Amino acid sequence: MKPFSFCGADLVALPSGALLWPAQNLLTVSDLHLGKSERIARRSGQMLPPYETLDTLTRLQTDLDAHTPEHVICLGDSFDDLEAGAHMPENITDWITRLMAGRSWTWIEGNHDPGPLNLGGSHRAQQSIARLTFRHIAQPAPTSGEVSGHYHPKASLRTRGRTVTRPCFLYDQTRLILPAYGTYTGGLRTNAATLQSLMAQDARAILTGASAVEIPMPRS
Amino acid sequence: MTQLPQPLHDWFAARGWEIHPHQQAMLDAAHAPSTLLIAPTGGGKTMAGFLPTLADLHMSPRAGLHTLYISPLKALAADIKRNLRTPVEEIGMDIRIEDRSGDTTYTQKRKQRADPPHILLTTPESLALLLSYEDAPRIFNGLQRVVVDEIHALAESKRGDQLMLGLSRLQALAPDLRRVGLSATVEDPEAIARFLAYHPQPTKIIHADPGPAPDISMLETDVAPPWSGGGGRYAIPAVLEQVKQHNTTLIFHNTRAQAEIFFHHLWLANEDQLPIGIHHGSLAREQRMKVEQAMVEGSLKAIVCTGSLDLGIDWGDVDLVIQIGAPKNVKRLVQRIGRANHRYNAPSKALLVPANRFEIVECKAALDAVKEHDLDGEEPRSKGPRDVLCQHILASAASGPFAADDLYGEVITAGPYAKLTRDDFDRCLDFCATGGYALRAYDRYQRIVERDGKWQLRDPRSAAQIRMNIGTIIDTEMLKVRLKGRRGGSALGEVEEAFASTLSQGDTFLIGGQIVRYEGLNEMTVEVTRRASDNPKVAVFSGTKFANTTQLSQRIMRLLQQDSWPDLPAHTAQWLTLQRERSKLPEPSRLLIESFPQDSREYTVIYGFAGRNAMQTLGLLLTQRMEEQGLGPLGFLATDYATMIWSLQPVSDATPLFKMDNLRQGLEDWLAGNAVMKRTFRASAIISGLIDRMTRGKRKSGRQATFSSDILYDTLRKYDPDHLMLDITREEAMKGLIDFGRIEEMITRTRGAIDHLQLDRVTPLAAPLFLEIGRVPIKGAAEERLVAEEASLLMAKAGLE
Repeated sequence: MKPFSFCGADLVALPSGALLWPAQNLLTVSDLHLGKSERIARRSGQMLPPYETLDTLTRLQTDLDAHTPEHVICLGDSFDDLEAGAHMPENITDWITRLMAGRSWTWIEGNHDPGPLNLGGSHRAQQSIARLTFRHIAQPAPTSGEVSGHYHPKASLRTRGRTVTRPCFLYDQTRLILPAYGTYTGGLRTNAATLQSLMAQDARAILTGASAVEIPMPRS
Repeated sequence: MTQLPQPLHDWFAARGWEIHPHQQAMLDAAHAPSTLLIAPTGGGKTMAGFLPTLADLHMSPRAGLHTLYISPLKALAADIKRNLRTPVEEIGMDIRIEDRSGDTTYTQKRKQRADPPHILLTTPESLALLLSYEDAPRIFNGLQRVVVDEIHALAESKRGDQLMLGLSRLQALAPDLRRVGLSATVEDPEAIARFLAYHPQPTKIIHADPGPAPDISMLETDVAPPWSGGGGRYAIPAVLEQVKQHNTTLIFHNTRAQAEIFFHHLWLANEDQLPIGIHHGSLAREQRMKVEQAMVEGSLKAIVCTGSLDLGIDWGDVDLVIQIGAPKNVKRLVQRIGRANHRYNAPSKALLVPANRFEIVECKAALDAVKEHDLDGEEPRSKGPRDVLCQHILASAASGPFAADDLYGEVITAGPYAKLTRDDFDRCLDFCATGGYALRAYDRYQRIVERDGKWQLRDPRSAAQIRMNIGTIIDTEMLKVRLKGRRGGSALGEVEEAFASTLSQGDTFLIGGQIVRYEGLNEMTVEVTRRASDNPKVAVFSGTKFANTTQLSQRIMRLLQQDSWPDLPAHTAQWLTLQRERSKLPEPSRLLIESFPQDSREYTVIYGFAGRNAMQTLGLLLTQRMEEQGLGPLGFLATDYATMIWSLQPVSDATPLFKMDNLRQGLEDWLAGNAVMKRTFRASAIISGLIDRMTRGKRKSGRQATFSSDILYDTLRKYDPDHLMLDITREEAMKGLIDFGRIEEMITRTRGAIDHLQLDRVTPLAAPLFLEIGRVPIKGAAEERLVAEEASLLMAKAGLE
């Protein structure tokens, strides 16, 4: 767990890749990509192990049990596409319903899942809480207090033993980008041009993994 | 005795040639279902393989594909085409000979399918692709003969397994098909014969006269080789001298990186401007073609090369082979030497250049082995890998509907799959159809479905995807290197993606013998500029890890046991004496272990001399125990004679690491999570069609969409531990390891006889290990510590926290 402060809010980056805002009793996860293997099979015929939705929800369950948030925001691309979302097996939709029970739950729309699904909770393009705004894709500057996902950032750290690459949070004075939470998700390195131009020079990265570790955002 | 047809006989006679006994024997065996010819390079082996074809086409000319020739190398097929055309044209036979590979143009390929030549020269992959087309029955139904060249090399890899499945398909399309295998000298011809056979029919083995023994020696130099160090730079003046004295010299290296460095320094010392080229698999195709052309024209004095030239290409006037670095494998050495002097009945000449003093000991042992005709034993071929079978099933479906019984019947006629059970076959079939998961999630998306008793593609469009994935060679992900310039610049070659990711702007490295400066990554291309620099970083290629055989390790151990070494150069004898003074020399009934610090890490070396597979297993076992004891193991490396482990904390007492109790406890989990398994899984997942091959175009589009196969592996382990792919991964990974029985035996044998020495620096015997390739990283608690350590350094440096 790595506490940090962002635009006046005291936040905690969890090693799992979820973001906790204790003052608001809010947990945020981004890019779950539920139903990805089903979509890949449908679109390309490739039959990957169909267990990523189980695994993603198992990890989400663990975070929810540990922190019992009242509010949950899923920051977009929660479903790999609307059809995958609409055709979840019953045991999965039941599970999602159980996770949502007793909390306020917001589905932010992403580029993969732009429309509402029949799962309850509220469905929005973006949401503001206190001085923070939650949306799926970071907007061009100027912004303030923007929390987004979409890019699946990952950072490489050259240690004396080896180079370690892990999904990471990125933040500077105005922006925070969450890592992808879903099991079948790749990553975009922090040295990619898009992330370089989005984030300010003094941006930092918080690596996920066994523990959350903060470093200056790797630039090369 | 079958007579050679008159025109062929006359052609031989006109050149003053006489048919070799083994060529006559091949002619006599023309009707055997399967024939294996064992002959040295240069013994007219290829001609022997084609004589029955030429004779048959002379006696009864006909249209259509008559003979298929398969070689592991594209270059070899092109070369054979040249050599075969000469007699055909001079005799005036009406025979069309064409080659087909990834380099053949699209138009030419289409033409070949519509109107096949009499003789088609191709590779296992191109054949598999041809067989996956709907018109395969029409192309192949008149096929008479198939000639598999360099079968000893193919038999060692999945390419050979795929080829044998291909032959089983061909045999079903052309039941009269006869097979011929051409092999270099091997230890166990019977094993190759079983591999080639159309089961249950036998293979006839024909041995050619092995020719005179090769003339091999160590190159004498004025300068003593270093203790440690690869690449043999010290020997450059002596090597140049040899190049001057011979017509054409091939200079072999064990890795591409070593070839690059050597080539660079060779040119720095090449005052006479001798024309010397470089050739290896990572160079751009245009560059390789240029060198190959120059070689054929005889305009090069020497070529610095790696295994890409390893097989029997008959190129002009090579009269000397120089092997830099220990040959590691006696069989490989003899085959490489076969390249020199392609004149039958003249001894081949070769020089060994050990790169360091340990390699002198290795070379000495190898020379003794060659002298005593003690070729390394081959690993007995285990059953054919099932990932290759899965690919074959899918490719068969792409070609047309099949009945499961028929396909199974075909598959078990192939040597590697002769013992495949119906159960195993059905599991592979189920995997191809549904993914084979315990959770039946894909019923709607099945790739192949059974209709009216025949399996076929559910969606015919998927044939294209299946064809794209054909092949068993798994490349490391490579990036193209180009000189930065206005229109794309010229291609220099490729480097591993992992290497490219360690470069920052301004870093220099060697490629194609040039020093270049890294400028940046443009899409999927590494852009560089030419830059002179004295100390370039070197492009690292993982390369192939050669294994010595146990026999060679045993010879080395016996050499080390001598009181003195009058047969070795004085500097090497002194070096061994120094090892004896500073530490000890390994003994057969004891186990020598050295621990010492080096570069802010702690090293432990175990000299087990049990062969690489056993030493690799030992590395896995010991790192597990070290992890439990909190010593923070970071990785290990196994060679044929030693395992070297590096860790954060020193091993102060090695004895408890070797306690027999609980040796196997928790090992399965540890093994399953290891990098060796993940690498194996990736390869098998690609071959079996679970994941698509990464094409360049695909990697270009949306990087964050792709995720590593490690994730799939971990997910399967967690949710579907009995899945076929995990089964295959275990089976394949175990081919590079050995059963724990042999480790336990080694530990028992040396119980209470462990000599664990704590030293303050690296020892003479350990020094060469630092240059070995094939490191296995350990992802344990040490990684977390390293990350935390580096993170706080970076934060402090940035003035944060």
